[in-house]
Amino acid sequence: MKYLKESPSQTAGPYVHIGCTPNFAGIRMYDGDLGATMKRGPVQGEEIVVTGAVHDGMGAVLMDAMIEIWQADAAGLYPSPREVRGRADPNFTGWGRSAGNPETGLFTFDTVKPGQVPWRDGTLQAPHVTVWIVARGINLGLHTRMYFEDETEANATDPILKRIEHRNRIPTLMARKTANGVYRFDIVLQGVGETIFFDI
Amino acid sequence: MSEGYIRRDRDWHPPALHTAYKTSVMRSPRAAPLSFPTSLGEETGPVFGHDMLGALDNDLITNFAQPGQMALGPRIIVQGRVLDENGRGVPGALVEVWQANAGGRYRHKNESYLAPLDPNFGGCGRVITDAEGRYEFRTIQPGPYPWPNGPNDWRPAHIHFSVFGQAFAQRLITQMYFDGDPMIWQCPIVGSISQTAAIETLIAKLDMTQTIPMDARAYHFDIVLRGNRQTLFENRQEGS
Repeated sequence: MKYLKESPSQTAGPYVHIGCTPNFAGIRMYDGDLGATMKRGPVQGEEIVVTGAVHDGMGAVLMDAMIEIWQADAAGLYPSPREVRGRADPNFTGWGRSAGNPETGLFTFDTVKPGQVPWRDGTLQAPHVTVWIVARGINLGLHTRMYFEDETEANATDPILKRIEHRNRIPTLMARKTANGVYRFDIVLQGVGETIFFDI
Repeated sequence: MSEGYIRRDRDWHPPALHTAYKTSVMRSPRAAPLSFPTSLGEETGPVFGHDMLGALDNDLITNFAQPGQMALGPRIIVQGRVLDENGRGVPGALVEVWQANAGGRYRHKNESYLAPLDPNFGGCGRVITDAEGRYEFRTIQPGPYPWPNGPNDWRPAHIHFSVFGQAFAQRLITQMYFDGDPMIWQCPIVGSISQTAAIETLIAKLDMTQTIPMDARAYHFDIVLRGNRQTLFENRQEGS
């Protein structure tokens, strides 16, 4: 069998917003930007807002990044045709895309707190959100995960968190609760407090 | 449980740090990434239906133009397939593209190149692949342009591609270049890819058979996303 090689990545560059969030970039297209809302109507579970920024190795906030998240619904089901364990909340898309605030660079997602999803061996993972970051200067999109600091018990048995050698880096994967239903999650590309990125 | 996705070949992709591309210096992680196999969260992904597309979404010549007007520049059709590493077409893949106009100018507030905007060109489009993974869009050939990196760096003419397959693990952003462009081999962003064979897969080929006579030339560009592992055997520990 002949395998093909994956197309090599190239940076999203400084103008990724033209292509992926054109309305944000001032180009009126498509009746709105994809991924701007994750809810089609009333959703099940705890509604939360996640806010944060992407920081470079000098501590500067990126103003030209694009963040995407993908997650299960409150019951732990993915809104995907490949989900075979049940039917996810029909009003929840599971997918969000944010260009960040044009003045502050802060990204925001109005979403729900995800339920638990099984790992490959069937054991439950802690509630988490898959995060993907692209920007000028990032040559291959960065994968990471956002967990929730207040899920202490579930985090303690999560199969991914358990295998992290440098335990002092685990907080880089944790969203901090700053108010009821509000979480803060910062991504540090390099240096002190560097986020753990995944090769998946 | 699925067999999981084939590992990314990180020597084929550009490394996070490529000093000739200066912006990567402060935006590249220093620690090694944590490796683990894909699971449900990476093997699923959002679905985009053909019904969300507008009639002109894949026609950059007219999708931003005033009524009866068209974007300026060499008219081209870009077509190809989205495949996975096993050689199978990926149906329903969302392909989003963006590019500079024929003069090498982007429609963006941070853009400072002196080449003028084209009032009839927005610079973005999108398409969803058919049952065989085929896609096609119409546009104008973008121009090369200088950019602030080294003292005299120019980007080769290129079109940016953002591709969604069926799984979040397949998510990819890349760029398409044009066959025969000498600027390709001088570009620090292209040069972030170390293997010439890998760079060549990003160069679209002129395809005169698909050209529309007296209208537009055609370029062919295939995109390959990660594929599922095909083995029937999983490593299982004794007794499990």
